[in-house]
Amino acid sequence: MSRAGGTWVGARVPRNEDARLLTGRAQFVEDVEPPGALHVAFVRSDLPVGRLRGLDVESARAHPGVHAVFTADDLGPLLRPGAVLVPPPPLDGLVFHARTALPLVRDRIRHQGEALAMIVAESRYVAEDAAQLVEADIAPLDPVVDLGRALDDDAPRIHDDLPSNLAAHVRQTKGNYAAARARADLVLERRLSYDRGIGGAIENRAVVAEWDARADRLEVWDTTQAPIPVRNVVAAALGLSESQVRFIAPFVGGGFGPKIMFYAEEILVPWASIQLGRPVKWVEDRYENFFATTQERGQLHEAEIAVTREGRILGVRDIFIHDSGAYDPYGLTIPINTQCTLLGPYRVPNYESEFRVAFTNKPIVTPVRGAGRQHGVFIMERLLDLAARGLGLDPVEIRRRNVIGSDEFPYNHEIMYQDFAPLRYDSGSYEATLEEAVRLVAHETFPRERERTQADGRAVGVGVVNYVEGTGIGPYEGARITVEPGGTVRLATGVGTQGQGHFTSFAQIVADAIGVKPSDVRVVTGDTSDFHWGTGTFASRGAVVAGNAIHAAALSVREKILKQAAEALEVDPDDLELAEGTARVRGAPDLSVDLGALAVNANPLRGAVEPGTEPGLEATSYFGPPYGTTANGTHALVVAVDPETAMVEILRYIVVHDCGTVINPTIVEGQIHGGVAAGIGNAFYEELVFDEFGGTSNASFMDYLLPTSTDVPPIETAHLETPSTLNPLGTKGVGEGGAIPVAAAFAQAVEDALADIAPGLEVLDIPCSPGRLFELLRKLREASTQAGETA
Amino acid sequence: MKPPPFDYVAAATLDEVLEALADTSLEARPLAGGQSLVPMLNFRLAAPERLVDLNGIDELSRIEETEDGGLLLGAMTRHSALECDPRIARRAPLLAEAAPFIAHPQIRSRGTVGGSVAHADPAAELPAVLLTLGARVRIARRSRNGESGSRVERTLDLGDFFLGPFFSALEPDELLTAIDVPPSAPGEGTAFDEVARRRGDYALAGVAARVRLDSRGVCDGAAISLVNGGSTPCLMKEAAQTLVGEKPTPEAIEAAAAACAETSEPAADMHASEAYRRHLIRVLTARVVSHAADRART
Ligand SMILES: Cc1cc2nc3c(=O)[nH]c(=O)nc-3n(C[C@H](O)[C@H](O)[C@H](O)COP(=O)(O)OP(=O)(O)OC[C@H]3O[C@@H](n4cnc5c(N)ncnc54)[C@H](O)[C@@H]3O)c2cc1C
Repeated sequence: MSRAGGTWVGARVPRNEDARLLTGRAQFVEDVEPPGALHVAFVRSDLPVGRLRGLDVESARAHPGVHAVFTADDLGPLLRPGAVLVPPPPLDGLVFHARTALPLVRDRIRHQGEALAMIVAESRYVAEDAAQLVEADIAPLDPVVDLGRALDDDAPRIHDDLPSNLAAHVRQTKGNYAAARARADLVLERRLSYDRGIGGAIENRAVVAEWDARADRLEVWDTTQAPIPVRNVVAAALGLSESQVRFIAPFVGGGFGPKIMFYAEEILVPWASIQLGRPVKWVEDRYENFFATTQERGQLHEAEIAVTREGRILGVRDIFIHDSGAYDPYGLTIPINTQCTLLGPYRVPNYESEFRVAFTNKPIVTPVRGAGRQHGVFIMERLLDLAARGLGLDPVEIRRRNVIGSDEFPYNHEIMYQDFAPLRYDSGSYEATLEEAVRLVAHETFPRERERTQADGRAVGVGVVNYVEGTGIGPYEGARITVEPGGTVRLATGVGTQGQGHFTSFAQIVADAIGVKPSDVRVVTGDTSDFHWGTGTFASRGAVVAGNAIHAAALSVREKILKQAAEALEVDPDDLELAEGTARVRGAPDLSVDLGALAVNANPLRGAVEPGTEPGLEATSYFGPPYGTTANGTHALVVAVDPETAMVEILRYIVVHDCGTVINPTIVEGQIHGGVAAGIGNAFYEELVFDEFGGTSNASFMDYLLPTSTDVPPIETAHLETPSTLNPLGTKGVGEGGAIPVAAAFAQAVEDALADIAPGLEVLDIPCSPGRLFELLRKLREASTQAGETA
Repeated sequence: MKPPPFDYVAAATLDEVLEALADTSLEARPLAGGQSLVPMLNFRLAAPERLVDLNGIDELSRIEETEDGGLLLGAMTRHSALECDPRIARRAPLLAEAAPFIAHPQIRSRGTVGGSVAHADPAAELPAVLLTLGARVRIARRSRNGESGSRVERTLDLGDFFLGPFFSALEPDELLTAIDVPPSAPGEGTAFDEVARRRGDYALAGVAARVRLDSRGVCDGAAISLVNGGSTPCLMKEAAQTLVGEKPTPEAIEAAAAACAETSEPAADMHASEAYRRHLIRVLTARVVSHAADRART
């Protein structure tokens, strides 16, 4: 357990990438325009469910400027279902039916926006004109839209070869819930729901492919979060060797999870380039993004908590249905995250959790920032709030009585996590983040010091909730570090970058190890020609898994530098220090040599490399954690609710969190700010509205409401640092923690604000839009009038 | 999300615009700020064969304080001018108050009063506000076969202009050229408010009100109109009438608000149920009328 603390790790280093990003010089896939490129538009099904009886593409083919129109019939061996990217963990009694989509629809349409045909034309404009000429003869079929009824016996079947729409069934238990329930002083059960949402990256997906027939090489620019695995899949599908295919994921305008998926377009666009002998470009537009890119979140829970009179948790039971959409290519990551994250920072001696995954006729569900964790947090925190209310306890007090103490680590929850390992907490600071958040929001004095009702008639309330986030899972990442003859340092790693500040955080790790400035480290991410081992950027794992691989590589390079320098300066390596881009003798800084000069020495033009050594000041290392490390935190917020209009404003938002070693506080805060914004979207604004056929009614940013700068309050953050025990840097992930507890905090605060006006209000469904809140308040009013009448 | 092909006419004079619109054998549309039209083109919800750009015609963007104490707003007056131009604040403060609720600054710097009125969106602010102010529209077209002169002009009470959602009294060859806002009377106060999901969104509901009080503080004239209160931008005449002859007491205002909510015909959509909209209309009407009455008193 070591905090890597150095000159640079822990410092607010300005971001290396900002100059390029802010002056418009950063390269995005959309910017890649090879000479002679053709442009793709997909013909997508407007009908969510049906049988494709015929597809007339003749007028589209004949349209001026169109080079090709491909349908399922043209794909040959490519016409096979996509891969299951993440198989489910080996759980007892597991049921799992993998069903994945064909690259283009052959006969069955299972969700809106499935691609029927691919049009390749001189421009996107022409391609879209031609797309309108394609005539699809589709026989509509009965849709499955309502998640609550997807598993009914009489529900229409989405995959004919399966007996029902059940995609998976998992049960995990710990202790004996039934016995705990029998002993409890209070048992509360509720139905809760958490609705769908999109990733909503600023940049949609895009693929540009160029087949070079002379070099026999394929180059693909792709917005993927996982360039190496995608490269490998595409090479295999096209019958090319991996080394013939170069994938480049340059700057990407936000990932948030959906870009970790493998998509048909990633094969079709390169394939079309080979077929046509021209570069081919496809840029997803915002409308397509609502169907063609994966989404997250629909879950329905029936949950129960059993507590003692003092508010100690005896057990929790949670039965839920998870909406997988029409296919399930990402296995069970999301519902298992829900199942595990529910336990949070609390001692839950008895736990019974069972979920069913249902196919529905909606777009595919795969992880989006939080990846099911927010649902688990929401369920647990809501149950605690209700239990506190039932016992007459303060919501903070019931949490104090149940959090795992700092002397209880490592803590084993005894169920299996998404990384196939038991859910174990390596370290954490659950009491400390809670108390610090309570202090910052002035919780103890809140109701007394502040008038609950403000002068403007709005009611003020506070919410305080906890979370634990599983982060930094395996399998592994790698990094190669090279000191170049000019003295600059080059770092290559396989993870792609979508705005996380990798070019800076990673550079800081290198800088500390070999005594250079972060700005001297040139970071290359996401280019398979530079580094071709690894999995990608997801599950809050970059700083943990890639970070520690970089740390290890940097230490190896450090050894090589010291060895070279000791020879050059004729001193003992132990007498040397690395600083300011040089190796120098401690106490005699004039006796020094530049790293650049040492790099030249290490790559001699004459004189052989000795057996067992390598040329250059270069090292490659890999890091694979035994299991994921767990970050934690407490969120507190203050809301003002207008009881007449049901509009809610967040007045303050406080995040006290612990992600172990903080490499760069500014970057960590950026992650938190973005995460909280996403959480606020989930809690109050974002909702995908489906019609009775499974069509999306709000597939644009006019009606799908992302929170904007005016809806997200300034966020106050405090960092606690309890290093991970599972990696040398002591880092834990922080990519999702900002997002996952927001809805729970929001619900608690809204109830608190309306405690006097609408006693008994329970916010159990997310998003808690003003329309929904209005309905809740109206029903409460009606119930209390009725009660008054009968009394 | 690319528009289908269209012809583009960059008109330099009003006559050129009217000329380009006159040939009704092909579907032509004026292009003002483009903030509603261009999204419709990109979604391929509209596919006009010809766009006639109004942006080069100075006479369409004049703002004049008229001799009778009113205002003349050229069709190409930008929303941002309503927000910032001192002449608007002087002559029709209700317009200046409502303008910041329209979309975002970027959109307000392009979007136009004429475009907003011609678009006839029941969810838009300006139609409701202009109805409250008793505005009239000026309309022009090129003479059709057999008509004398080169140009035919007409004016219309705004109350007769809106025929349905996104549907107005404009003929395909007609252009809305200007809007006349009558002068405000002494003892008059106006106010606007709305509830929107996010700042700049179309309102779930909005209310504009004008209240005139006589020297005894009794209301002798009132107008209320609603944003998203029905299938067209609409004046709530009955509800406003309940105020006339009354002092604007909380009870009188609440009665008007209730009448307004009752006689409104809000639609349900994904953002608000009919009941929620009606409720918001009541809450907002009470707040806005009370605010307007306060201003009338001072
Ligand atoms: C993100 C976003 C948010 C928005 N939010 C709001 C909002 O909250 N409230 C609101 O009111 N509006 C909102 N708008 C719409 C905006 O106010 C538009 O500017 C307005 O509706 C139309 O004005 P325009 O000048 O852009 O018209 P255009 O888009 O150019 O034209 C609209 C229609 O009117 C016709 N037209 C235009 N001018 C004339 C004329 N002089 N004579 C005859 N026909 C004409 C056009 O042919 C077209 O059919 C929003 C727009 C966007 C993009």
